[in-house]
Amino acid sequence: MEGELAHIGAGIAGLGTGIAALGVGNVAANFLSGALRNPSAAGEQTATLFIGIAFAEALGIFSFLVALLLMFAV
Amino acid sequence: MATETHGAEEGGLVFHPMDQFIVKPLMGGDKIAFYTPTNAALWMALAVLCVVLLLVLGTRGRAIIPSRVQSIAELAYGFIYKMVEDVAGKDAMGFFPYVMTLFMFIVFANFLGLIPMSFTATAHFAVTVMLALLVFVTVTVVGFVKNGAKFLELFWVKSAPLALRPILAVIELISYFVRPVSHSIRLAGNVMAGHAVIKVFAGFAAVSLISPVSILAITAMYGLEVLVAFIQAYVFTILTCVYLKDALHPSH
Amino acid sequence: MATETHGDGLADATGVAEHAAGSAPGMPQLDFSHWGNQIFWLLIALVAIYLILSRIALPRIASVLSERQGTITNDLAAAEELKLKAEEAEAAYNQALADARTEAQKIIADTKAEIQADLDAATAKADAEIAARAAESEKAIAEIRDNALQSVTEVAKDTAAEIVSALGQSADAKTIADAVSARMKG
Repeated sequence: MEGELAHIGAGIAGLGTGIAALGVGNVAANFLSGALRNPSAAGEQTATLFIGIAFAEALGIFSFLVALLLMFAV
Repeated sequence: MATETHGAEEGGLVFHPMDQFIVKPLMGGDKIAFYTPTNAALWMALAVLCVVLLLVLGTRGRAIIPSRVQSIAELAYGFIYKMVEDVAGKDAMGFFPYVMTLFMFIVFANFLGLIPMSFTATAHFAVTVMLALLVFVTVTVVGFVKNGAKFLELFWVKSAPLALRPILAVIELISYFVRPVSHSIRLAGNVMAGHAVIKVFAGFAAVSLISPVSILAITAMYGLEVLVAFIQAYVFTILTCVYLKDALHPSH
Repeated sequence: MATETHGDGLADATGVAEHAAGSAPGMPQLDFSHWGNQIFWLLIALVAIYLILSRIALPRIASVLSERQGTITNDLAAAEELKLKAEEAEAAYNQALADARTEAQKIIADTKAEIQADLDAATAKADAEIAARAAESEKAIAEIRDNALQSVTEVAKDTAAEIVSALGQSADAKTIADAVSARMKG
């Protein structure tokens, strides 16, 4: 019983990964729209883009980690 | 638990997505002391070997017109050099070999992990936490050595209203100590997730009906993983540079 | 970590192939028994890479890059020099061409002038000759006219003397001659 609950919890935690995907998409979309408005400044900001994506992605990875912990370690 | 028994005709789908991360001694035996050569040690050594092949043997010609390997080595050099210069600032160039070491190790460990049947060193928290802690300790020590007590200005946001500053200081302090956590889990989590997903798709390939889809999915995931392998190394390195910049110029 | 003890992780590490479906290993990442091992080898790898990079690879690449930069700068300077030389050569060629053209022009002018001079000389000579001939002819004509006048005077004198004698008077030749010449002048 406890194991099944953990699996359900893992599924719920896995949703967080999808929500983080929204965040990453948001970062990339806003970067793209800004870059199309001012292409000359876009090149210098690629590093910032990746840092932003990394921060958004990290939280999704956290929820993925929670899911893994529930699946395998609890 | 990893096993999930379906009532499929082959007698059940078996998923072991995490088995690929098991650390085993190379020479047999079952004890893992800290000095035992394990598969983790082997693949880290191979990463070192690749770095040597690329950056030392590749450039032994010192050619003015570079060979292919040499131009890749020069590309990597220029890439990290510019990153340190742009992000961390000119006075951080002393850390260039350190940052380059981190980048080359992570990028090669990631790419070697993509070889089928290999072992991915960077998918282990032991490795990434250590890497992140090294960066964290370096940044903290450098910050205090270079700036003394002024390093604490990093947590005292001068641009905020005075009433808010203590609260912000607490938040900044927490975020400062969360840095190594997110820094390490981001790398290991990304790499582990991709490898585990590929393994799960590989488990589905046992059912003949869906195996073509599964193999296509593995191929697509593999392509994504190649991208992720590089981007995560890049992100780890650039965040190191950002943290170094904080250490060298703490005031906001 | 709840389901697996320390010993479990070690057992999994050795004989995972044999337990096919039965025992799940959990997350090997969270099996702290081999963290020490991984950290040990990681530090060795990092120190090795750091030493290799900072002692051998990075200085070498830096020197290659700066050398290439130098070569490129030198080559650019050489190319610039060659370009200047080529421009000089072109200028010299153009100069030579212009010189040759002016020379040719000069020769043409000289020749023309020479011909003109010859022509002028010839014309002058011819003119002089013509003038001489004309003078001669004039002189001849004047002579003839003089002669003719003389003859007329003589004939007039003679005729006057004859007329006077025919009238029955005689006159000396001198008087008649004076009278005739006075008449002829008047």
